[in-house]
Amino acid sequence: MPINKSRAKSMKKKPRTKVAMDAQGIDRSLTRIAYEILEHNKGGAELVLVGIQKGGVYLAERLRRKLGVMEGMEVPLGILDINLYRDDIATGNSKPRLGKTEIPFMLDGMKVILVDDVLFTGRTVRAALDALMDFGRPKFIRLAVLVDRGHRELPIMPDYVGMALPSSLWEEVTVHLKEKNGRDEVVIEAT
Amino acid sequence: MKLARKDILGLQDVSREEITLILDTADSLKEISSRSIKKVPTLRGKTVINLFYEPSTRTRTSFEIAAKRLSADAINISPTTSSIAKGETLIDTARTLESMSPDIIIIRHSASGAPHILARLLSQSIINAGDGFHEHPTQALLDMLTIREKKGTIEGLTVAIVGDIAHSRVARSNIYGLITMGASVRVCGPALMMPRDIGRMGVDVHYDMEEAIRGVDVIMMLRIQFERHHNSRYPSTREYARSYCLNEAKITGAKKDVMVMHPGPINRGIEISPEVADGPYSVILDQVANGVAVRMALLYLLLPGEQL
Repeated sequence: MPINKSRAKSMKKKPRTKVAMDAQGIDRSLTRIAYEILEHNKGGAELVLVGIQKGGVYLAERLRRKLGVMEGMEVPLGILDINLYRDDIATGNSKPRLGKTEIPFMLDGMKVILVDDVLFTGRTVRAALDALMDFGRPKFIRLAVLVDRGHRELPIMPDYVGMALPSSLWEEVTVHLKEKNGRDEVVIEAT
Repeated sequence: MKLARKDILGLQDVSREEITLILDTADSLKEISSRSIKKVPTLRGKTVINLFYEPSTRTRTSFEIAAKRLSADAINISPTTSSIAKGETLIDTARTLESMSPDIIIIRHSASGAPHILARLLSQSIINAGDGFHEHPTQALLDMLTIREKKGTIEGLTVAIVGDIAHSRVARSNIYGLITMGASVRVCGPALMMPRDIGRMGVDVHYDMEEAIRGVDVIMMLRIQFERHHNSRYPSTREYARSYCLNEAKITGAKKDVMVMHPGPINRGIEISPEVADGPYSVILDQVANGVAVRMALLYLLLPGEQL
């Protein structure tokens, strides 16, 4: 096959999906975030993890395992479904299927690490902050995300980031996790 | 799956998927009632009217609490303290309320079909909180949530409903709901208290209580509705209690892990003995707690919006 032809073909057919992070990359990022959390907070005392349904919950569980190995301690883990706090419910634009919220510990005076998979507009995090405040008055809340894809619509900043992934608004960023769909991968896709 | 309907008038035409969605949603919302701040902002700015033409403590309070925990404004209207006492018709009352633009109207009425009239007439969502001898869908939903919670599933269970079946909207809604969810249902009571159409409802009819509760997973006792008996042919309460009161002796015939339910209010010693009502098999107070969760789920699901 003439070389030019195949080249022309590949030029025409731009790949629509790209793997931004593979399984190893995700694991390394989480390990680094776990170290940063410990360094930043001078150990694991008073720390609690809260994962946002659903991706954030799996990532929070992984962080908890890593923190357990590093510090030899069990960090309490909570699960948060933010749907009841969404800003598009009151306007009647959406009515999501509700998931479970389980925060089986007091938040008063605790150092909360809020975990999510993708940080985008910041609206989910805003809802999560409101939800957490209904459970008590934490000492502080810090935000850990695996991917920050930009395009914030609210003044929200992550404290721990796995990967900054600049994206276009017409692209879609998906975090696949073993616990959810059998593989670890961050994919960016043109739509 | 979504709840693609404006109103909840009964369970007769509600599908298994819809019931499952309601129960799952209730299950997720239950946690709110155990928080120290028992409120979420979801229904902020929505108005819910409780229009109760019949006396009620638990259902009305339960709806009111459900609305308030979701941040909706709840208004209660009862016949004695409103224009209903001055002779206003149901339809006029409904039109008047509609003009104040509520979002959801909850109605209890002694006439079967009253909620259906409102549903046809008004653009608002209507929830039936009990109409005559017809249906009481939210009671059946909270009963099913309680059963699912304790037994893991409803499918394959045998449920005995005992008492005044003919006058019981709780029984009717539970029969429709439980059969849709795959349970087999037995009904039991004196012949005079059986509805004429019971043969068409897909249940086993029993007149002997011991026989009816033999080997069942769930016993649902009904309240004897003295206020609806205006006929001397009905048995006396003593006579009724002798045959149909659930006591510790009778309960031994059911499964070892049988659960005993009662929609309340209880006539102690008539349909259920105090030892059973307060005993280890009884889930009567769990039913009340689940009532709030199920009603929160319906208020949430009936809200307009695209189901995600």
